Amino acid sequence: MQKSRDLDVSRRDLMVGGAAAAAVTAAPSVARAQAAAGVPSLKVAFTVNGRARELELDTRTTLLDALREGLHFPGTKKGCDHGQCGACTVIVDGRRINSCLTLAVMHQGGSITTVEGLGTPQDLHPMQAAFVKHDGYQCGYCTPGQICSAVAVLGEIEAGIPSHVSADLTAQPQATAAEFRERMSGNICRCGAYSNIVDAITEVAGRKA
Amino acid sequence: MKPFTYERARSPAEAAAAAAGRPGAKFIAGGTNLLDLMKLQIEAPTHLIDVNGLELDKIEATPEDGLRIGAVVRNTDLAADPRMRRDYALLSRALLAGASGQLRNKATTAGNLLQRTRCPYFYDPNQPCNKRQPGSGCSAIGGFSRPHAVVGVSDACIATHPSDMTVAMRALDATVETVKADGATRRIPIAEFHRLPGDTPQRETVLETGELITAVTLPPPVGGKHLYYKVRDRASYAFALISVGAIVQPDGSGRVALGGVAHKPWRVEAADAELPRGAEAVTARLLADARPTDQNAFKLPLVRRTLAAALAEARN
Repeated sequence: MQKSRDLDVSRRDLMVGGAAAAAVTAAPSVARAQAAAGVPSLKVAFTVNGRARELELDTRTTLLDALREGLHFPGTKKGCDHGQCGACTVIVDGRRINSCLTLAVMHQGGSITTVEGLGTPQDLHPMQAAFVKHDGYQCGYCTPGQICSAVAVLGEIEAGIPSHVSADLTAQPQATAAEFRERMSGNICRCGAYSNIVDAITEVAGRKA
Repeated sequence: MKPFTYERARSPAEAAAAAAGRPGAKFIAGGTNLLDLMKLQIEAPTHLIDVNGLELDKIEATPEDGLRIGAVVRNTDLAADPRMRRDYALLSRALLAGASGQLRNKATTAGNLLQRTRCPYFYDPNQPCNKRQPGSGCSAIGGFSRPHAVVGVSDACIATHPSDMTVAMRALDATVETVKADGATRRIPIAEFHRLPGDTPQRETVLETGELITAVTLPPPVGGKHLYYKVRDRASYAFALISVGAIVQPDGSGRVALGGVAHKPWRVEAADAELPRGAEAVTARLLADARPTDQNAFKLPLVRRTLAAALAEARN
């Protein structure tokens, strides 16, 4: 057990270190984009994980790049960068969205929650803890998007939003594995941890009920 | 992406005037399709007009007992609206069959109408495509054409319209409401909104430069059983190979519209009249002028069989 915990810690350290390195190398490119003559930039202010932030950004900056490169929240991942894989999923004003397919400047006054805002290594969100318990990942790259999506999915079911597999459109949708699979279809896991991800969500849904 | 300036519009008419007066301007609402294409430089607007703050996000009753859906109502909100689920279930079902939860949370009603094709050659700037670069040729004709259109095609383009939502709106006889740059408004029946490719496949709708969609209205509910059958290569989060939207009344009459077969949602009113005679008769009328390729001829029997399954469910 001790050995596996050590491995976990060193892996996390490695990932944090890797992300920090990415942020350092990315910062000059952001600065260059702003400095380039004739490239329009705009100020935008929004809340990220409960803290007010203000940025001046090249108008082209996606919310994903603003979070990762501008504000150094590397938890949110860039996968396909085209809204197909779900690795960039964050929760904006209570809704999960693909942060790669939206411009940062379109979120003036918005409230954004990334995986870093759900829980901390010392105080995991129940969904984070369930993913760990059920091994809901292998390489871990899609995991922040999976977790943000899963948290929002339970909220959508609770709010009565139906899905493609809801048999009765007018009834309250149920927290079933079939519903989770359908609702999580926008989050791709190349390692194929899907069944464990469904187990993790099922456990959290049961706890909530 | 190419650089662009950005503004938040203050009224629909002002947005339309701003777009008409500025070559290279585009509206942005959800952005899920536009930004995807901008990253590939297939779309390269020089100015974006954000129409999210115009209070076009409501679903309201009309004096005729129908519903007016604001242009930027999100796909999730439209599908989940209790009136849609009860009276226009076809529309809810079609929306829920499309995209992913994340995309439906962002994508809008008007944006869904204006979705561009998912033809792989349209997405590949290295290949000729008359829609992306008029006059360059069509790579799909004689190329990979399995997902392409089988009816209403031209020698210039065999792309499909990718939307599920519009198939339901076509069956429901929706109307698109717009405002033009001079402030004039107009109502466009959904049947006339999308164009067939002809020799100008780059022009996909009848909208004029700067014309902004403000709402889509639905006539009063028509009752009947509402069914949306979508056939795709995987169970979720994929575009339709074909889809069938049907409203079937207790006496066997009704309406049918198809997705995945044409450059627009496909409905032939004369085919509706064949509904009591069954799927074969309806399909024969719907696809009478079909011109499939070797690779997508399978769509013709697939439509017939899918419609037969839908009609069987309607009878039960």
